[in-house]
Amino acid sequence: MTRYVVRRLAQMVLLFVVFLTVTWFLLYALPGDIVKQKFATNPNIPPEARQVAIERLGLDKPVLIQFRDYMINFFQLDFGLSFNQYPRKVSDIIAERLPRTIVLFLTALVSYYYAGFLAGKYLAWRRGKRGEMAVTIGGVGLYTVFYPWFALMAIWLFAAELGWLPISKFLNPDEWRNAPFTANQVFIRLFMTVLAVSVFMAAVVLLANRIRDHRPRTFAKLGGVALGVVLFIWYWWGTAGGALMRPYAGDIAEHLILPVAVLTAVNFAGIMLLTRSSMLETMREDFILTARAKGLSERAVRDRHAARTALLPVTTSLVLAVATVIDGGILTETVFSWPGMGEVLVSSVSNEDIPLALASFSFIGIMALVGHFLVDILYGVLDPRIRVGG
Amino acid sequence: MTEQIDVQPGSGASPDLPPPVLTPDAVPPSMWRIRWALFRRSFAHNWKLFRANRVGLVGLGIIVFFALLAIAPTVLFATGIWNSAVYDPVVGLEPNPPVKVMTVVNEITDPETEIDFRYVLLDNRIPNTVKVGDKVEIPQQPAPPDRRHWLGTDPLGRDVLSQLMHGARAAFFLGILAALVTVVIATTVGSISAYFGGALDSFFMRLADLLIMIPFLAILIVIGAIFEFKLWHLAVVIGLLSGFGGVAIVLKSQALAVKVKPFVDAARVAGGSNAHIIFTHIIPNVMPLSFLYMMFTVTSAIQGEAALSFLGLLNVRISWGLMIQLANNQGYLLQGLQYWWLLFPAGLAVTLISAAFFLVGRAMDEVVNPRLRKR
Repeated sequence: MTRYVVRRLAQMVLLFVVFLTVTWFLLYALPGDIVKQKFATNPNIPPEARQVAIERLGLDKPVLIQFRDYMINFFQLDFGLSFNQYPRKVSDIIAERLPRTIVLFLTALVSYYYAGFLAGKYLAWRRGKRGEMAVTIGGVGLYTVFYPWFALMAIWLFAAELGWLPISKFLNPDEWRNAPFTANQVFIRLFMTVLAVSVFMAAVVLLANRIRDHRPRTFAKLGGVALGVVLFIWYWWGTAGGALMRPYAGDIAEHLILPVAVLTAVNFAGIMLLTRSSMLETMREDFILTARAKGLSERAVRDRHAARTALLPVTTSLVLAVATVIDGGILTETVFSWPGMGEVLVSSVSNEDIPLALASFSFIGIMALVGHFLVDILYGVLDPRIRVGG
Repeated sequence: MTEQIDVQPGSGASPDLPPPVLTPDAVPPSMWRIRWALFRRSFAHNWKLFRANRVGLVGLGIIVFFALLAIAPTVLFATGIWNSAVYDPVVGLEPNPPVKVMTVVNEITDPETEIDFRYVLLDNRIPNTVKVGDKVEIPQQPAPPDRRHWLGTDPLGRDVLSQLMHGARAAFFLGILAALVTVVIATTVGSISAYFGGALDSFFMRLADLLIMIPFLAILIVIGAIFEFKLWHLAVVIGLLSGFGGVAIVLKSQALAVKVKPFVDAARVAGGSNAHIIFTHIIPNVMPLSFLYMMFTVTSAIQGEAALSFLGLLNVRISWGLMIQLANNQGYLLQGLQYWWLLFPAGLAVTLISAAFFLVGRAMDEVVNPRLRKR
């Protein structure tokens, strides 16, 4: 297993270097690129200033030297200065925005995978019954819906019409005027507590799955989840630090609900449809018949025999879905004005802020690579054939 | 003969039909005749399988509906039913929009019937000789549907139905071109790397690995920053990305299964060249799966186009994404159902046509992949 992980990791690093190289040459080194258009060949800039700009940007050096410098700087986490938010460092902007995107991405990935798998499982089991057709059509509709439009409709319904949730943005500035914390402090604290609680819950549920009897298993699962919720409430309501931060955390959480819900709703349908067809194929296998013939309950056949086998192709599709979810995230951030990497990418690209665009694109690439890496590891854990072969 | 062609069960001739009768004294029919007959027979058989899937037929119906929409403006302009000065999707303008009579006042008390004097001065559609207390006619744009504009007009006084039709044309053009590029590249790359293996195979597969990892939209956004993106550029880029990416991997595994069939060995023994084997034996047997992935590529291409024009990164005359972007930028999307004709046509069109191609793809999947069929 360790060898497998190390090998995958080395491949990922190599892939990233290739990716960064291609992007750099695409954005910086093409003749007539935007950096040169903006500074080096812009006739509105006096010749002396232009000369200074060329020297400062290193455009007088040969292309390969420029490339080498960029790579060295990149791996020292120096991505240059933003053109449009001059003189702000690109690395500062990324550091501010990255957690916000990761939260959106992780929440959506986990919840849609879980929800889609559960829904697909029940759907396959109820094959041919009433409601199956309706759910399938609804699923296809969600899967192919034009995402920004769907998000805007959701904003209109839940934020503008019903007024339950804020329309967009990350926080409500009115409530933050005298805040003793920065937004990122609160946000990271919120993220950490949610992460800790969900890891705890997942651990309890996984351990509980080992219990054979149905009753105590359900009891242990529910107990673990309830304990997690209690711990969360205790932190934010019971402790002094948590109570002080709570209104601000609540404000951010309120802004988080709608984007995550919309992103999950759109992506979950794909997993649901896939789980359904994967389950249908598994259910025709002989071992399902054997399990039934043994006299196992329908529930045990479904959860222990069919669903586990059907999980593998679904996880394979998760490998492909990482990129799709990131794409969805870019659109989500744009539509909801959520200040994350995707929003930075779109705005920097449309404002021709090349250092920022390149850095944010690279980090989106890193996110995709890391996501793939994690899913690969998960896949190796689930399917022993890969571990042994790898 | 039948057995060999029928590598993909369901794609070839039906086994329960009798083989073509060749009596010794009859003149043997030409090769093309036989191929045509086989094709017709397998087509009829597959069509029967396809028709059994209700959902696939619905998808096909939606595609036909949008295809008719795409053809409609040509007919309407040619027959003179539509005047291009009024109905052009980009520069058209409704000359006589519905008007609302309003009283010019200094302080608005009833926004439905009164209008601010300062606003009237700024509005160049109203002669600037008006005084407070006068009644003025304010043109209502966007206007709700009426007899002349079945789906109303947009904020600039252009016909929404005409935009929808031209958007359908753009979507079909883009989707089909992207799908063609994808399938040609993916089939070639998949067959070649399956057939030759070795370094060529590793190169193409590592490239595919890289391409499926990178978020599609992010690449398109970055490329859109550097190049001026026209519709066909976008189609080719989408085709390249998915042709060298995920679709190539799927088609390669299919081609690998074909490569080990006895008829490929037979062809090699008979002295067939590599090119001959690839193009007459492997590619035709990978084709059904290619068509399937064509359908899915159309869906992702249309979605990608709509997303890019929604972000304003595409140089396109009119498209569904642009219609949504316009309605959104001018604030009509959050106005609720009051402006439903700006809200629904474009968004639903993108959704419906993607769903239609997806459903047809799923139905074809059941034809191509018999494991999904017999339950």
